[in-house]
Amino acid sequence: MFALLESIRSALESIRAHGFRSLLTSLGIIIGVMSVIAVVSIVQGLSYTINAQFSGLGGNSLTVRSYTPFKKQLQGRFAKLRDSDMQLIARQIDGISHITPIIYTQSGRRGAISYRSQSSFSQVIGIGPSYLDVNGVYPEQGRFFTADDDARRRLVCAVGVDVLENLEMPDDSIGEFFRIGNEWCKVVGVIERRGELLGFPQDDYVLLPYGTAKRIMGASRDLDIQIQLLVDDMNRQDEVKERIRRVLRQEHGLKSGDPDDFKVQTPEQLTASFNTVINTITAVSAGIVGISLLVGGIGIMNIMLVSVTERTREIGILKALGATRQNILMQFLIEAMTLCMIGGLVGVALGYGLGALVAAMLPGFPEAHVPLWAVTLSFGFCAAVGIIFGIVPAAKAAQLDPIDALRYE
Amino acid sequence: MQMGEHSPPVIQLQDVFRTYTMGDQVLNALDGVDIEIARNEYIAIVGASGSGKSTMMNIIGCLDRATQGDYLLNGTNVGDMNEVELAQARNREIGFVFQSFNLLSRASALKNVMQPLVYRSIPRPERKRIATEALERVGLGDRMHHLPNQLSGGQRQRVAIARALVGHPAILLADEPTGNLDSKTSREIMALIDQLHEEGQTIIMVTHEPDIAEHCERVISLEDGRVNSDSLNNGSDSTLLSGPLGDVKH
Repeated sequence: MFALLESIRSALESIRAHGFRSLLTSLGIIIGVMSVIAVVSIVQGLSYTINAQFSGLGGNSLTVRSYTPFKKQLQGRFAKLRDSDMQLIARQIDGISHITPIIYTQSGRRGAISYRSQSSFSQVIGIGPSYLDVNGVYPEQGRFFTADDDARRRLVCAVGVDVLENLEMPDDSIGEFFRIGNEWCKVVGVIERRGELLGFPQDDYVLLPYGTAKRIMGASRDLDIQIQLLVDDMNRQDEVKERIRRVLRQEHGLKSGDPDDFKVQTPEQLTASFNTVINTITAVSAGIVGISLLVGGIGIMNIMLVSVTERTREIGILKALGATRQNILMQFLIEAMTLCMIGGLVGVALGYGLGALVAAMLPGFPEAHVPLWAVTLSFGFCAAVGIIFGIVPAAKAAQLDPIDALRYE
Repeated sequence: MQMGEHSPPVIQLQDVFRTYTMGDQVLNALDGVDIEIARNEYIAIVGASGSGKSTMMNIIGCLDRATQGDYLLNGTNVGDMNEVELAQARNREIGFVFQSFNLLSRASALKNVMQPLVYRSIPRPERKRIATEALERVGLGDRMHHLPNQLSGGQRQRVAIARALVGHPAILLADEPTGNLDSKTSREIMALIDQLHEEGQTIIMVTHEPDIAEHCERVISLEDGRVNSDSLNNGSDSTLLSGPLGDVKH
């Protein structure tokens, strides 16, 4: 411990004595760590925000959607969820509430909309009355649909604020009519603003009563819907999932070996695929950074080798004064490690700054977020680089013969 | 010949050989040297270049090991020591003073003197106290925080002497301590070394300058790796200085 402290002290003195060179030496490490922290902070900020948004869905909600394996898609046989499936679930499964169908308009899920001379495309979604409570969206103007709207398939809708802007509709648009496809539809509510995510607007959508949406899309067609519901008791979520699965398998006539042609997903599962992407980005950037740390490490080894040669006489003196091989080894190893760690520290600070700057400059971008593991990992990596690339110069220094070293000019 | 009748010898070299092999040529830098040095002796090792005095210095200083023969330092056979024990012996038993001072250029005078104590795991405040005392002893109490390049040659050698003595070594090994100094500074440094001897320090000095060797009480002259003469320098043996040293002078 004593030797370690002394080595650190002497390392810091040596680094300070060659300030500019030390800076250049650790620049590779600084840049490497800076880029990883910048990327990770941005990506994690994103992930953090998106996960927070999904958690607004409520942890106890379940979404059932149809699922067609790619092979079946090629054969043109698409699995579907139908009204009957929803009614079956509502009837046969207890411990659930707020069951609501969701139907997206066909063809890219974007519907053509127009108002006076303005036209645009928007996501048109048909929903049941429970949708608001499950998803936590509420109208800021006007009202939401009633069961009556749904039953009578009234052409009424609630829109996101961006729809009003895109169609250049007046601020108070309640009661105005605009066209969805070929149908005229009356605005009865405007949903409160959700803002942007990644520069993508979150308020460009039209909500229709489920019955109305089916009417617009053609009531006779065999439409594929999604089913959203809330589980009353969070602890029974898995049980409910399993029961839904059994009911639907039976209803769809699947044999015991067949895969499910639907998926029952929790909000966590919805974010899981997104998180996979995030993790891939993080891993790729970590790989790139690994390379730059490698390059930085080689730079440090190079300078340390030069430094050992340059300080041959000093090493001889230290040995004459009683330094053992181990003392010398430690001194140079710790010096390389300290260089790396300082580089890592500066890199983390700069990377965080850079990430915050980028996040602040891109409109609609979530705040940068540096998780502790990234910092810890960076430091660990720096220390490892210091050891790996410091060991060769340090061993070289330790092996020097004191007589030769003292004679060295 | 005075060998320190009462105390055991600090240094015993018994038939020591140091052999270098260069290609197929075998060179005996030390060719069967027998020397005993007692505590509180003041010794000059003289000889022409190539006579083996540097090799002997290195062996006595535990920087090198004899190829053959035994070297007992305070009764311990150095030949049996491992690398760590050798380093410890250098740290505790030997204080080096070099011709070219060999100070750590990036460290202040104080830090230079503190350095040997690092290897004894002495805590920093204690190191500082001991080193300050050592520097004051050589008259540099007011220049402790100067870097070597801010000091004169004489001052640097004083720092080196303070560093050599800071750990109270058994032997002060000085290799041409005045070789890089002008004559006035040389006299000052020799006065300091004389004074250390009077205070009881065992001193071994390698030199080829007769007037420096004159300071010593005993002069060992080497030639071709062998002890050529070993005599007391009390004025009674006048043949000594006109002998091998005369050859070196030119």
